[in-house]
Amino acid sequence: MSAVPTAEADQLDRAFHALADPSRRAIVVRLSRGPATVSELAAPLEISLPSVMQHLDVLQSSGLVRSEKAGRVRTCRLEPAPMRTLEQWLAEHRAIWERRLDRLGDVLGETFPTDGGADEP
Amino acid sequence: MSIRQHDFTIERRFPQTPAQTFRAFADPALKRRWFGPPDAWADAAWELDFRVGGSELSVGRDPGGTLHEFRSRYHDIVEGERIVFAYDLLLDGRLVSVSLTTIEVRPDGAGTHLVFTEHGAFFDGLEDPAEREHGTGLLLDGLTAFLAEGVVA
Repeated sequence: MSAVPTAEADQLDRAFHALADPSRRAIVVRLSRGPATVSELAAPLEISLPSVMQHLDVLQSSGLVRSEKAGRVRTCRLEPAPMRTLEQWLAEHRAIWERRLDRLGDVLGETFPTDGGADEP
Repeated sequence: MSIRQHDFTIERRFPQTPAQTFRAFADPALKRRWFGPPDAWADAAWELDFRVGGSELSVGRDPGGTLHEFRSRYHDIVEGERIVFAYDLLLDGRLVSVSLTTIEVRPDGAGTHLVFTEHGAFFDGLEDPAEREHGTGLLLDGLTAFLAEGVVA
């Protein structure tokens, strides 16, 4: 590998910036143990909810954390996206075979029509 | 450099008999209909030599311009029961994975229970962007673990 590609360098810059703050590091460490709501993240930190939200914004724009809102509760988790690309590839590899075998079923049905209903319970 | 092992099984039940299902693998005219490259793909080619030691080739360029190559070799064929083959998968000429696949065609009442099992080895450099992100992910994972070990304790 040669020089770090620009996009990757940008991502690292944002990640290191996000981690250059003790409150944000505390949030990341807490999320490394599992998802948590904003209030759960705020509880051990001696800072206001709005401050926690600002820290979360920085963490989210760095790509380290993502959050989802269900009703009035926002749940945060570490973002597995950088690892997910390979997982997605493997899932797609399997899905290609699933689709092929579905087509096989269609071709069998067209080529060897079965007596519809005869075998039904 | 790394190798990612990936195994999976897919099962299907068809109302057709095992002999009929087997024919859809052995008869090139039938197999092409469900396995050949999509009609919309450019530079498409497909060849089947269905016998032990024989090979199969499926090549095509997807709408995004990536050339896909599937190159397989049949290792075992038991008429009406079992097919074993190994295949390479290449993207734009780069080896992405090597897999060993078994297909079992079992009687299931009047129909067929098909069991597809693959053992695959997926290689580094799968795709440039994926590999770069993967590397970044490992770095960030290491950082997270380092932080969790006490910097903030």
